[in-house]
Amino acid sequence: MNPDEQEIRRRQRSRAIIMGVLLAAFAVLVYAITIAKMGLRG
Amino acid sequence: MTSTTITTPKIADWRDILALTKPRVMSLVVFTGLAGMLAAPVPIHPVLGFTAILCIALGAGAAAALNMWYEADLDALMKRTASRPLPAGRMDRESALHFGVGLSFFSVLLMGLAANWLTAGILALSILFYVLVYTVWLKRRTPQNIVIGGAAGAFPPVIGWAAATGDVTLLPILLFATIFLWTPPHFWALSLFVRSDYASAGVPMLPVVAGEAATRRQIFLYTLPMVAVSVAPWPLGLTGALYGIVAAGLGLAFLFLSMLVLGNKAVEPAGMKPEKRLFAFSIIYLFVLFGAVAVDRWLPL
Repeated sequence: MNPDEQEIRRRQRSRAIIMGVLLAAFAVLVYAITIAKMGLRG
Repeated sequence: MTSTTITTPKIADWRDILALTKPRVMSLVVFTGLAGMLAAPVPIHPVLGFTAILCIALGAGAAAALNMWYEADLDALMKRTASRPLPAGRMDRESALHFGVGLSFFSVLLMGLAANWLTAGILALSILFYVLVYTVWLKRRTPQNIVIGGAAGAFPPVIGWAAATGDVTLLPILLFATIFLWTPPHFWALSLFVRSDYASAGVPMLPVVAGEAATRRQIFLYTLPMVAVSVAPWPLGLTGALYGIVAAGLGLAFLFLSMLVLGNKAVEPAGMKPEKRLFAFSIIYLFVLFGAVAVDRWLPL
């Protein structure tokens, strides 16, 4: 693997990790919004 | 250039994607949005409030990404912006466009679901205003670009307020007007000492088109209604004395600094200390003023 490919892999890996963290955070946020909305209606 | 460089697809680093959202500008947008929300007479559920502020930040980031997508050629011509991800060649324009459009839809939809659809509509309007009215229509055509385009940056307190209350009343409109009138002195002070940058890029900023003296006069003239509008919530009974005193004090300081700018005759950036001082103060001004409107609601004198 040449240095360019290594750099591309490194960037893909860091972006994939960040995307995974953001998706997990989004799932938690949607859950929290749902609970908050249910609380307001109750 | 090697063949590897030509065939290698551009995979932007996450830092470049973050840079597309202009994080420093976002901080002011988030702060004024939060202040508008905290100034509202009804509290918002913390989770929904957090989500609304997140959506304001994401919407601002989306608008900034679309601005950079459209202005990549212009950014390449200015020292101040040449190192941004697109002009520096670290990212391709198509990715920036997809990111900006996707983030715009995401922020507006999430705002609608978490807060209310009026707020989502105002957020959508602010993104469209910044991208279509300011970036595409006005910026390269008229020295009034930041006067009209400044409205885009004035929406956050209205959005914050609407997220909490579900409506828009006189106080958020006055907060909108304050930022709207603050924008020309703020940007014209900057454009005076980075004039050569704008001139070389062909952007018709006021100092480039009308000269330094006319720009300094306009800075002063815009400061007068800005101070009046910023203090107005106090005599109108919309805020308490704490906000009124802070707004009046800050306004007088702003007026004093704009008078120093008016009296300055320098044409070279080295002699533009009053302009640099006004630009730096204008940022502090907005932070303290909007901090005061929020504190006044929760800890009135």
